[in-house]
Amino acid sequence: MTSKENMSLMKQWKKALCCVGLLFGTTAHAAMNIDITGGAATRIPVAISPFAGAGDANRVVTAVVDADLLRSGEISLVDVSDITPPLVEPNDPRFGMARARGAEAIVLGHVTPEANGTVDVRFRLMDAVQRTQLAGFSYTANVNQLRTIGHKIADVVYEKLTGTPGVFSTHIAYVIRHNNQYRLEIADSDGQNPSTVLKSAEAIMSPAWSPDGSRIAYVSFETGRAVVYEQVMATSKRTVLANFKGSNSGPAWSPDGTRLALVLSRDNGSQIYVMNRNGSGLTRLTFGGGIDTEPTWSPDGLSLLFTSDRDGSPQVYMMPSAGGKATRMTFDGKYNVSPHWSPEGKSFVFVQREQDKYRIAVMDIANGQVQLLTDGRDDESPTYAPNGKMILYATVVNGRGELAMVTSDGKTHERLSNVDGQMDSPVWGY
Amino acid sequence: MKKTVLGLLIVGLLAGCSSDETKPNTSQEDAARTAAAKAAADKAAADKAAAEAQAHAQAPVATQAIDPLQDTNNILSQRSVYFAFNKYNVGSEYAPMLQAHAAYLVAHTTAKIQLQGNTDDRGSAEYNLALGQRRSDSVRKSLSLLSVPDDQMSTVSFGKTKPVAMGDNETAWAKNRRTDIVYQSE
Repeated sequence: MTSKENMSLMKQWKKALCCVGLLFGTTAHAAMNIDITGGAATRIPVAISPFAGAGDANRVVTAVVDADLLRSGEISLVDVSDITPPLVEPNDPRFGMARARGAEAIVLGHVTPEANGTVDVRFRLMDAVQRTQLAGFSYTANVNQLRTIGHKIADVVYEKLTGTPGVFSTHIAYVIRHNNQYRLEIADSDGQNPSTVLKSAEAIMSPAWSPDGSRIAYVSFETGRAVVYEQVMATSKRTVLANFKGSNSGPAWSPDGTRLALVLSRDNGSQIYVMNRNGSGLTRLTFGGGIDTEPTWSPDGLSLLFTSDRDGSPQVYMMPSAGGKATRMTFDGKYNVSPHWSPEGKSFVFVQREQDKYRIAVMDIANGQVQLLTDGRDDESPTYAPNGKMILYATVVNGRGELAMVTSDGKTHERLSNVDGQMDSPVWGY
Repeated sequence: MKKTVLGLLIVGLLAGCSSDETKPNTSQEDAARTAAAKAAADKAAADKAAAEAQAHAQAPVATQAIDPLQDTNNILSQRSVYFAFNKYNVGSEYAPMLQAHAAYLVAHTTAKIQLQGNTDDRGSAEYNLALGQRRSDSVRKSLSLLSVPDDQMSTVSFGKTKPVAMGDNETAWAKNRRTDIVYQSE
């Protein structure tokens, strides 16, 4: 993507956000800024025609679709915003104009206000060459759900064009620190619409979603030391999952949601344990007596990756989740930590420290090959999107904690910064 | 008396947290329960402290006007053990300081310390939590070898969450890689 394209998109997008603010109060939180750079070498060119009807509401929807598709790094945008009146109907004789500008697909739509105050949004994804419909849906929603509809449309378009399910409708969780107060927040996948799960004067870390997204486990220091809690999203009901002597941390749900791996220092060193979701059946898995931490499950639930200093420096190891022998996975350098297993199971992301820089890397498990994905100096806490195509992580820019995303090929980068505070410990949910 | 005041302060803080409207109700109940338990514990501790204070009051105190723990000329005022990057072994240069604390704790059987392990604020939060725990455990082991009873010591790790130096350089990071010895009365 050229910088000119980037600029014009950002302008368009900020304008759209501004309109949301005017129309609907403060439902769309504008504190989060998004900046996208890079892109895959071959991207699918798509024209998103301005949706017809309903004043500014149409622009909210298409701005979200635009930004989502760009974030994927697999789609480029063909500008057709100057075509007046906009392309709306699939039988429009001017259809060839978008094709002539290189579009392989065109997104068309209507936004229609209903008498009861709701909005009807219809869209079609058209093959620009064949002029056939690839997908078409309609949604009825309240005006404050226009962004959600934009994400749903982007998911459909992305899946039809790439064959991979989109993750734009999913959510992320992270910790934000402001004025010595910690907040555990969840937000849309683009960082918008944040809501607070927990506020505390003491540190919060390591949020972990249950696989069905219904609950979130995290570490809180509110009692003066690290204790693992679980909170039901719908009711905010909170229970203690682990409160043993010493530190309790690193909760990780098994893929079927029935068990948790976690880290306890109650016996000898920081060691990995597994227990049932209700806290029963606590079983110790590692016995080194040094540091074993940061467990992450394989998608089939049979194995765990974790960080251990058993060979003198922190490295990533793999072991059966039922217990057994651990195999060392990382060998380059003296600091390889924070593994997170990819959803398809063939690779994992982790943090590699080289020459005092902490960067996100990915390892192909079959051949041990490592690729660096980022070139920051304080990149931490990598977590895969549910479709494995993007990685969310924490970074530091000019002394400020921000979130960032990188596509799994390392080619498209995105920063999410929030003027409200310092962000870290991100995790991608469902 | 100091203990009582501190206890009340903590209860006050907890109550403050629990009235936070965005915290879930259950946590308010948790906090209330914790606060109640804490208040009971503090009452017991305060009674004990009062009894001790009375015992001390009957002994001659003129010879010891300055608390050795607070005396900056006393080695007991040194409270931090610093560590190399990613390490948790206690350097031999800390032997005199740890010996002094051990001697004090052995002589004052009611004194209790918390060993607070910390790391610099870079790298994995979870790994740093474990590293901080090892750093506090290492100091505990050293003191244990110097005959300090286990029930006078507790350990906690704050990981990278409580840096004392904020700079983005090795000087700041080195100051954050430490275990602090904190006496319960402080």
